[in-house]
Amino acid sequence: MEELLEILRDLHPEVDFETCDSLIDDKILDSFDIVSIIAEIEDQFDVVITAEKIIPRNFNSAEALYALIQELEDED
Amino acid sequence: MLFTSYEFIGFILILFAAYYLTPGKKQWILLLAASYLFYFLADPVYLIYILTTTVTVYLAARHIGRIAEEQSVYIKENKTSLSKEEKKAYKAGMKSRQWKCLLVCLLFNIGILAVVKYTNFVISNVNSVMKWAGSNNQLDFWDIALPMGISFYTFQAVGYLIDVYRGVAQAEQNPFKLALFISFFPQLVQGPISRFNDLKEGLFSEHRFQADTVCRGLQRILWGYFKKMVIADRILTAVNTIIRDADSYRGAYVFVGMLFYALELYADFTGGIDITIGIAETLGIKMAENFNRPFFSKSIKEYWRRWHITMGTWFTDYIFYPISVCKPMLKFARFTKAHFGDVIGKRLPVYLSSFVVWFATGIWHGASWNFIVWGLGNWVVIMISQELEPLYERFHNRFHIKDKFAFRLFQVIRTVLLMSCLRMFDCYRDVPLTFKMFGTMFTEWNWQILWDGSLLLLGLSGLDYVILAAGTILLIAVSLMQRRESVRTQIAVKSYPVRFAIWFGLFLCILLMGAYGVGYDASQFIYNQF
Repeated sequence: MEELLEILRDLHPEVDFETCDSLIDDKILDSFDIVSIIAEIEDQFDVVITAEKIIPRNFNSAEALYALIQELEDED
Repeated sequence: MLFTSYEFIGFILILFAAYYLTPGKKQWILLLAASYLFYFLADPVYLIYILTTTVTVYLAARHIGRIAEEQSVYIKENKTSLSKEEKKAYKAGMKSRQWKCLLVCLLFNIGILAVVKYTNFVISNVNSVMKWAGSNNQLDFWDIALPMGISFYTFQAVGYLIDVYRGVAQAEQNPFKLALFISFFPQLVQGPISRFNDLKEGLFSEHRFQADTVCRGLQRILWGYFKKMVIADRILTAVNTIIRDADSYRGAYVFVGMLFYALELYADFTGGIDITIGIAETLGIKMAENFNRPFFSKSIKEYWRRWHITMGTWFTDYIFYPISVCKPMLKFARFTKAHFGDVIGKRLPVYLSSFVVWFATGIWHGASWNFIVWGLGNWVVIMISQELEPLYERFHNRFHIKDKFAFRLFQVIRTVLLMSCLRMFDCYRDVPLTFKMFGTMFTEWNWQILWDGSLLLLGLSGLDYVILAAGTILLIAVSLMQRRESVRTQIAVKSYPVRFAIWFGLFLCILLMGAYGVGYDASQFIYNQF
């Protein structure tokens, strides 16, 4: 989780990713951010988040995103 | 049949009466019949195109859906006997079958769109190249019909198919229901581009007459007609005068034409969408919003999140994300990171994907270099502002004016001017002429036309300008009021005489000031041509 938080903080140091659960709904993350995050996740966690997984539910909080990474790791 | 024609109003009134007299379960069938009649009246040949798209997308979606069902049954039945690797390999095989089906159907339908919309554009470019190379041979242009709203319904159908492939939407069993989703008449002319999951409940469920909902729908329609007939169709005369005679109308005229066109497009497109959403609302159907006060945006990037929202999200979900997170692109990201460092490595793939999106957005709007340059112009501005963000941040850390009203106003005006400049590509016949006319704003100083009465020679009288000014002030006031909540909701809590005065007043404005009447040739919506 800490690794993921670092990726997110790198993009938006001003956001408290541990508590925020409306990253998409409140337009904190935009499409450019999402693509950068996915590239970083692929690099560090070795999982590929495909386009169909890019839905608000998966990106609204760091926790949800981490759950998605774990789900993809399990699938692998 | 124009939205602003008497025939259309008659069509809607008959449909409305029939809709609420029809048993609830059959209302969608009536809507389907009305939608096909609407399309048939535009041109019977168009039906062939929309039917082809509907049938192919229906069959492909059903096939993809069946593969998904087959997979889920197989996995359930063999839950214990399959190893993790076997399960993964099986799923990959099934996904590949779905992908092939999706790809064939996508290529077929995008192919139809490409042929009818872009063949003559390609021929004209080939001819130019041949002429440039010294050949006297020229290819003949195709006499091919461009079906009304083909870009909109193709995107809507393709979006549905991709959603089924992604497992986001269930494949619709009933082909006639899918046919209604693709052909629902209010959105055929200029969108919005709806998603199946968002629209299906409204389209297929029963709707009883509810005075409140119908009233709200009518109010929205009225507001749409006001924008279209009082503002857009009035200012159109001046816009056409300026852009059709580029030799005479230069310098300050170009500036005036640019701002007038921005106003015309805004009133025309948002007005048309108000009518569309309003009609659907009177039928008890809720459609996606397409605008969120776009001209109050502080940057072009924000503007595009608030203008033609359903098109923007369509391009993001179905083109931008698939390109930017596909395996080759991620590989490219790793390569650029390794060779050019973190900063460039992170940016290049995103910029490349958004280049493709803006190119596609441009060409989707029209088969001409003007629209391609317009799309790429947006891309350039967004990329530059993205790159300048650290500089903006330093500036704001030093001067604390970010939240000051004057600075926000400056940002809004900057967005309006930038968007208006880019929109000039819609107006002039080719790209060099657009650049040339843009240049005249800085080289030909004839700003006295703003006050010496020259503007009264553009086809608009003094009264027209007064009406336009009042209409524009009303547009801005309504947009400002919308920040709190829907203006209709704010009006609804007022006393009956006040409500009546407002809505009847608006109706009278359209009646007395609308650009229509005997001999008046109402114009089609601008976005209809896209």
